[in-house]
Amino acid sequence: MTIGIGGWGSRRKPMAVVRAVLRSGRKNLTLVTYGGPDVGLLVAAGIVRRVVTGFVSLDSIPLEPHFRRARSEGTIRLTEYDEGMLYWGLLAAANRLPFLPIRAGLGSDVMRINPELRTVRSPYADDTELVAMPAIPLDVAFIHLNRADTGGNGRYLGPDPYFDDLFCLAAKRRFLSCEQVESTDDLMAGGPPQTLLVNRSMVDGVLHTPNGAHFTSCVPDYGRDEAFQQEYATTDWETFRARYLDGGEADYQLAVKR
Amino acid sequence: MTRAETCVVACAEAWRGDGAILASSAGLIPHLGARLAQATFAPDLLVSDGEATLLRDGRAEGWLPFRSVFATVAAGARHVMMGASQLDRFGNQNISCVGPWEKPTSQLLCVRGAPGNTVNHPVSYWIPRHSPRVFVEAVDMVSGVGHDRNAHEIRVVVTDLAVLDFATPDRSMRLRSTHPGVTVDDVVAATGFALTIPDDVPPTREPDDEELKLIRDLLDPAGAREREIR
Repeated sequence: MTIGIGGWGSRRKPMAVVRAVLRSGRKNLTLVTYGGPDVGLLVAAGIVRRVVTGFVSLDSIPLEPHFRRARSEGTIRLTEYDEGMLYWGLLAAANRLPFLPIRAGLGSDVMRINPELRTVRSPYADDTELVAMPAIPLDVAFIHLNRADTGGNGRYLGPDPYFDDLFCLAAKRRFLSCEQVESTDDLMAGGPPQTLLVNRSMVDGVLHTPNGAHFTSCVPDYGRDEAFQQEYATTDWETFRARYLDGGEADYQLAVKR
Repeated sequence: MTRAETCVVACAEAWRGDGAILASSAGLIPHLGARLAQATFAPDLLVSDGEATLLRDGRAEGWLPFRSVFATVAAGARHVMMGASQLDRFGNQNISCVGPWEKPTSQLLCVRGAPGNTVNHPVSYWIPRHSPRVFVEAVDMVSGVGHDRNAHEIRVVVTDLAVLDFATPDRSMRLRSTHPGVTVDDVVAATGFALTIPDDVPPTREPDDEELKLIRDLLDPAGAREREIR
């Protein structure tokens, strides 16, 4: 199963849902993501076969320790694209196109390590050769927003929408978790229309997960929990898992408040 | 005047003459350089806070979320100063991993935006520790493409020792200037491939009084720049 996860690095990740996926016992997942601790948690839990990404970073901690270890030990596969190529692959899938042309990737080792990538030549007078970035269709997309109604209309309140709308448009099944569920009227009154990132046609399920992006940032509701992220990055996996992940989401939220 | 202050000015010089384009950077010293350039000789530059806000004279002046950054990259309206874990003589850069890609000895960031940046718009590099581990004959994974792979333009490489450029017939790397107190031999010893060395290598220009005042009083009063060079 191919899962797309919204957010960016250690920013507005649907972490409550990531924890639920971790507990679900599903295996052999392919993750498509601008990678952060979502990758690290699921890779460390041993349930990921392939990561499709342009980077994996905790932002304030540049390198993701679990991803690094898995790569060095050869326990996961990686499909590594330029960040803009990943965007283009999602955009192609959202538009039901087999590919979209892009310059990014030309001349780089992205073409060497992804031998299935092809180029395409402009049929017009310019005759430009471009990368034919293939669509990245998703089975499931998970995104986390600040506000939503129960029907699947959702709003972000922070400075960046990231690519959460595209993840939904590229996926067969779409789940939106949020900090607060509101009536549609309250949701409409909560900000300008252009921050309503997703609508009902793009979402199949809404989950109310307060503090559900923890420990990534979800501004303006809360910033990144830097102290906790530091603990995550420096604690051995079995200890961390036993301390925070063996129970349910309520246990997690209780444990991180201590 | 400190080495870090010389480096801030050397980074700022990378954007001279660029006009109203986005000056992006990875690292504090290039960020200070971009802001210094904007505050002095390149007032039209757009500078981001590293998130989604554009800054002018330290105050917000616009919105630039990641999706707009990709549009700016594709439009060519940007000049980024990236870091590099490895860099070769044609400016091929690696930030992805060290060792064989299939099973790296050290996984780093992955390619990030380096492939797209280097084929779309000018790119420069900031290397806070000039060493043969960074300046290598061949990089392990070409993340940013160099001039021998049709890079758009690799403009300058600023390090803690020197400024390097590609003003040679085959667009391979050349020593442009050494920072005050650094010799040509120091740079050669810290570089893992043969550089083009002009007969006369000038010193990197030092910050003037106005630039020093801006760096010390306005842009980085806490002196965080001094910790980026170790």
